[in-house]
This record gives sequence, structure tokens and C-alpha cells, in this order.
Amino acid sequence: MARITASVYTSHVPAIGAAVDLGKTDEPYWQPLFKGYAFSKQWMKDNTPDVIFLVYNDHATAFSLDMIPTFAIGTADRFQPADEGWGPRPVPTVIGHPELAAHIAQSVIQDDFDLTIVNKMDVDHGLTVPLSLMCGQPQAWPCPVIPFAVNVVQYPVPSGKRCFELGKAIGRAIASFDTPLNVQIWGTGGMSHQLQGPRAGLINKAFDNDFLDRLIADPAGLAQMPHIDYVREAGSEGIELVMWLIARGAMADVAGGGKPHLAHRFYHVPASNTAVGHLILENP
Amino acid sequence: MALDKPYLDVPGTTIFDAEQSRLGYHLNQFCMSLMKADNRARFKADERAYLDAWPMSEEQKQAVLTRDLNRCIAAGGNIYFLAKIGATDGKSFQQMAGSMTGMTEDEYRAMMVAGGRSVQGNRVVGETGDAQADRQPQGRAGQKGAA
Repeated sequence: MARITASVYTSHVPAIGAAVDLGKTDEPYWQPLFKGYAFSKQWMKDNTPDVIFLVYNDHATAFSLDMIPTFAIGTADRFQPADEGWGPRPVPTVIGHPELAAHIAQSVIQDDFDLTIVNKMDVDHGLTVPLSLMCGQPQAWPCPVIPFAVNVVQYPVPSGKRCFELGKAIGRAIASFDTPLNVQIWGTGGMSHQLQGPRAGLINKAFDNDFLDRLIADPAGLAQMPHIDYVREAGSEGIELVMWLIARGAMADVAGGGKPHLAHRFYHVPASNTAVGHLILENP
Repeated sequence: MALDKPYLDVPGTTIFDAEQSRLGYHLNQFCMSLMKADNRARFKADERAYLDAWPMSEEQKQAVLTRDLNRCIAAGGNIYFLAKIGATDGKSFQQMAGSMTGMTEDEYRAMMVAGGRSVQGNRVVGETGDAQADRQPQGRAGQKGAA
């Protein structure tokens, strides 16, 4: 049977991707940030999974206002890095895992979550920046990736509670896949940031660090936080953090298993407009 | 019956909800069209003519022509869509976000490097933080305005 071995949480700021692509990671501005991911890159080499289930959001790239799916699972065999207006990032094509993705879609929809199934989709920085942070600049990504896009652009976005419940359903779906695969689930986006209006540039370190504490120790309690708290405390784009609750909901302790081991924790301000947070949690 | 919109009292912030999205549909789809290189070239060659091909309001067109992102957002724009205009102009997300505060690019970058904007006084309309309406524009532009 397939098994979730670990979950990874990270911001997916586009400027981080640009810093990698343009060879700026050693510049004084970026060095502290990439230092915080040095452990993670080694950990990724030592713990390369068979598949990554990557929760992220599309930023008006694959989905315009023509169609706005709340939860979309990528079931294709490959996904191209998107041209977001600056040209596509020079990163490898993302290879999917159609068999596991189709299995998860079937299972999760039967579990009452109405996923949109996507067989053709380009992937933007929301998906490729976390891969760059965790894997560096390889010729090919180390394993197949299942993209799972969440609408956090147009309100109302799904609640933290619903995301957490969805994570549980994804965990059950993966556990019922007959092939013995080592699966990681990643939750991306956040942390505090606001990209619009006179309040642009908001950062709330106290909120972010409390969020990290509670995500580790009390995710069910954290999932009760209403949208307005994210907006008021973490900025209008800080709402992306609900996606972290999907990954956390798929961890073993939520389903009655053992507590996760905190392998790594990192926090840094700023990356462009954004606070960067990062956790690695391993299932026992 | 009125819908629950608890976010209307957050200062300096417009939440892109279903109502704003409906208002801004053509504006945002115009922005999406700029993801194609050919369209970017046609837009740059004659912005007004390009905009006139879209069923946008005059207010939306003026907001785009003047690159006033706050005005674009008030007219239903969303920052992830508006970013395509920035990309066409060669602007970064930080330059775009900063432009909405009235600060210069250097002032905004310095604020971020110093830890970003504080949430203190900026949670609810009527407090005294720097994102409140009576404190715009920010930075030196605001000081000049007060002098």
C-alpha cells in the first residue's frame, strides 16, 4: 500500500524562483533565505519519495476568470512550466503520476469532496518554486508530482476547516492505493503578505510563528480559524495558508497515529513582499 | 438577504470576492490576454486601440492607461491578473505592490527589508496605522502633500 512518509510546508514567492534562475542565491539579500533551505535540500536527497502530492494555488495562469475550480487535481502525465508573462521558468517539465492521481480523485470524490479533474494544465510558480527550494536546479525533478490547485484568489476561498477535512480524505485515498509508494504531501503558499492596496507589505511575525506552532501541535484547533483572521492578521494574500492545512490533515496523527517528528523549521522576512515559512514533518 | 462580508472594515484592502470578480471580469481577462507575446506587442504599440477591443468601462480603461493599480482594483481588478500588465511593463511584483502605497520603490523596499508593514493600527478602519485612508499617500509623497 502507498504511504505518506512526510509533509513539507513552504512559501512559494515568485521572486525566489527568479533568484534561483538568475543565479542570485548568494547575494546578501537572498543568502539568509537559501541558507534556511540547505538542510531541506539534503533531506530531500536522503528522503526522495516516489511521488509528491503538491498542494498549491494557480495565480491567474492556468485558470483565468473563465473557470474557477475550488479544488483541482492534475491527472495528466506531464505539466509544462507556464509563461506567466516573463517567459517560462527554465526548470524541468513536471512529470505527473496519472494512476495515483486518478485513484485519489475517485476516492476523494466518493468521500464527498467535489474535485475538478484536470488533464491539461500548465503549472506556475506556486508549484515550481517549492520544487526549486527543495531540489535546487536538477536536470529533471527527482520524482513524479501530482499538482493539486486550490482557489485562494477569488473569495470565498475554502475554509481552513474544509481544507483540513480534505487533507484527511486525501490521506485515506493514498493509504488505499495498492502499489507500495512512498508519498510526500506538500502544502505551499503564505506566510503573511499583502500585495494590494495601501496596506501592501504587511508582515506579521507573531501571527506567522503562532501559525507554525499550532500547525505542528494543534492542527485541528488551527483549522477552526475563520478567513477574516487570516485577512486581518496575515494580509489579504496570507489566506494562502489554508493550503497548509490540507497537507497537515493527511498526516498520521490526525487519523489516530503517532505524532510527527519536526525535522526542520525555518522562518525569514522578507522575500520580496512576503514572509517565508518552512516546516518538514515526518510521520513516525 | 445580505451576505456575510466581515472583511469590509480592513483598511487599505479590497477583497476580490464574487462581486468584485463580476465587476472586473473583462478587465481581468484583458490582463490574461497579455500572457501572449503577440498581444503584449500589440498592446504596447497602441494601448488605447487594444483596450477599445475589450468591453471594459471607460473607468477601467483609464485606470489601466494611467497604471493606477488602486484604481484598477477598485474597478474589479485582481492583483494576480494586473501583474500581467506589470510583466508587460517589465515591473516586478514588489514594484507593483509598492506603487499602491504612494511610496517610492526604494522606500517600499526599505520597509520590507526592515520587516514589513506592522499590523498595529492596521487591523480595522478607524485605527491610526499607516494603511489608514487619512494617511495616504505614504512615504515622502505624503510628507510633500502635508507641507
